[in-house]
Amino acid sequence: MEKFTQFTGVAAPLPMINVNTDMIIPKQFLKTIRRSGLGKNLFDEMRYAVDGSEIADFVLNKAPYRKAGILIAGDNFGCGSSREHAPWAILDFGIRCVIAPSFADIFFNNCFKNGILPIKLEQDRVDALMAQAENGANATFTVELERQVITAPDGSEIPFDVDPFRKHCLLKGLDDIGLTMQKVEAIEDFEARQKSSQPWF
Amino acid sequence: MAQLKTLFEKIWDAHLVGAQDDGTCLLYVDRHLVHDVTSPQAFEGLRMAGRTVRRPEATLAVPDHNVPTTDRSKGIEDAQSRIQVETLDKNARDFGITYFPMNDIRQGVVHIVGPEQGFTLPGMTIVCGDSHTATHGAFGSLAFGIGTSEVEHVLATQTLLQKPAKNMLIRVDGALPTGVTAKDLILAIIGKIGTAGGTGYVVEYAGQAIRDLSMEGRMTVCNMTIEGGARAGLIAPDETTFNYIKGRAMAPKGAVWEAAIAYWRTLRTDEGATYDTTVVIDAAEIEPTVTWGTSPEDTIGISGVVPDPTDARDEGKKKAMERALEYMGLTPGTPMASIAVDQVFIGSCTNGRIEDLRAAAAVAKGRKVAPAVGAMVVPGSGLVKEQAEAEGLDKIFLEAGFEWREPGCSMCLAMNADKLKPGERCASTSNRNFEGRQGRAGRTHLVGPEMAAAAAIAGHLTDIRKLDS
Repeated sequence: MEKFTQFTGVAAPLPMINVNTDMIIPKQFLKTIRRSGLGKNLFDEMRYAVDGSEIADFVLNKAPYRKAGILIAGDNFGCGSSREHAPWAILDFGIRCVIAPSFADIFFNNCFKNGILPIKLEQDRVDALMAQAENGANATFTVELERQVITAPDGSEIPFDVDPFRKHCLLKGLDDIGLTMQKVEAIEDFEARQKSSQPWF
Repeated sequence: MAQLKTLFEKIWDAHLVGAQDDGTCLLYVDRHLVHDVTSPQAFEGLRMAGRTVRRPEATLAVPDHNVPTTDRSKGIEDAQSRIQVETLDKNARDFGITYFPMNDIRQGVVHIVGPEQGFTLPGMTIVCGDSHTATHGAFGSLAFGIGTSEVEHVLATQTLLQKPAKNMLIRVDGALPTGVTAKDLILAIIGKIGTAGGTGYVVEYAGQAIRDLSMEGRMTVCNMTIEGGARAGLIAPDETTFNYIKGRAMAPKGAVWEAAIAYWRTLRTDEGATYDTTVVIDAAEIEPTVTWGTSPEDTIGISGVVPDPTDARDEGKKKAMERALEYMGLTPGTPMASIAVDQVFIGSCTNGRIEDLRAAAAVAKGRKVAPAVGAMVVPGSGLVKEQAEAEGLDKIFLEAGFEWREPGCSMCLAMNADKLKPGERCASTSNRNFEGRQGRAGRTHLVGPEMAAAAAIAGHLTDIRKLDS
């Protein structure tokens, strides 16, 4: 996993609630057996017409946001399906940070496995950042994970919370599986206990 | 005195391998279900790292999302779908996992197959790279959906890194009125708590209306827990549960069965244990329920009318409602029971079990699908299909003008060839009415199996309680 330490990018405003993972990456793109290459289909049905042409007023088709690195959205971002293709598509597009008042659990979790930082902020703070994100070319934000601070285009600093263990893993780019493999003895003990007391497991 | 625990806390505590100082826990996973869409990258990860599957016997794989529901003798026509299913064939073989391939009678939607085989048992932790894993909570198992990175983690270690969830009780008092089903109940619950109402929680369902449900009905309720934002829904196991499990292929037998059942009887929330949140629902107030919009929280009783965005609780919801109504092609004030449908889909992990097909067939029997409507029944598994055919349900459906298909996820998410055309409106027994879910620009109304069959016959959404005989 790629580390996340500090990231600077243009933030795209997507002022919608309940953005679901079907919207983020529609099912026809889930047939891949790879993790890469999904960025061009991020928000596919909102971004392209049936004939494949771009829908001009969708945010990621507007000049300053075509290379957005941050996404700011409404409540309950990432709800619905567990598809990790959603964070893969977001990452492949070049977005490393999503800011919203709330996230769906599975999506939130999946982001951390892919070097994406999802940040929960209060609604009024999200509204204020959303307003600045709408400034197009000037909507450059910096996110510092170590200090847990977002620096907005107007220079204001907004602190955010992050789970300490997840922060540690993101900062170091750590692989969960490798960490858990170090605990194999505890897993073996558990299995032995369960096998003797509850053999139907 | 021993600490009082909820059902969730009992299962959680029984599966702790370890805990870090910050509260992150290593949770043991008893059962892992795997399907075609969310697993290829996980197996690829194992190969790249030179890892194996820790407990192949605790893992069950079945292709369901990409499989055709029409004649399978020629294989899968779509190249990408075919490659994904062949990839699962190969991965199951290479890693020694129990596997029900596409032409096995036991193949079906993964969340129908697990319970049907007795793979799903009370008190277990069960995961799958699929949000509808919540279904298995109907057995009093802690079951939740995970991403592909976590699938790889479970394959390699049989564990997951997790933080404990908050615990919500949803108690449904009283009995469901005649004509009101488990699907109506869960749609009404989601309408009440909202699509994010359960975020961060594990939900336990209790109360008379839940106790009165069959296992099929309980699975329908738990299945859609994720549509209310909670990753897992739980129902304490009881005689209904044990009777369902007994004798199934992978269920314990003999003395082990007796020991298991003694343990399963302890799987209930202690009297006096506390929940973080409690929601109480009066079953008598629920009527046959449908959705009008593009979020599963957009529910309304069939006697209601399309709501008006000006009544929305806030600006965000108002905009979402306006967008949904435009997408759905609906006008506020329109009676729900007057909305004409083009397609009807009966199936999915929500409503593709034998009891669902019996209920739909009882409505279809001796009636005809309206001329302008295309209607399809997709059994949840090969064994459900076989059982339905033994009972003659296939003939009832075919005589009424429904199509009778092969098992799979089908038009619930339209990854295979079964999909809506742009603008088509569908009464669907599935679980999501998102934009594009059943096909780009397709319009979905979520309903129960009886209501779906009734809509097929009437040609429009209709109140099952008023269907002409």
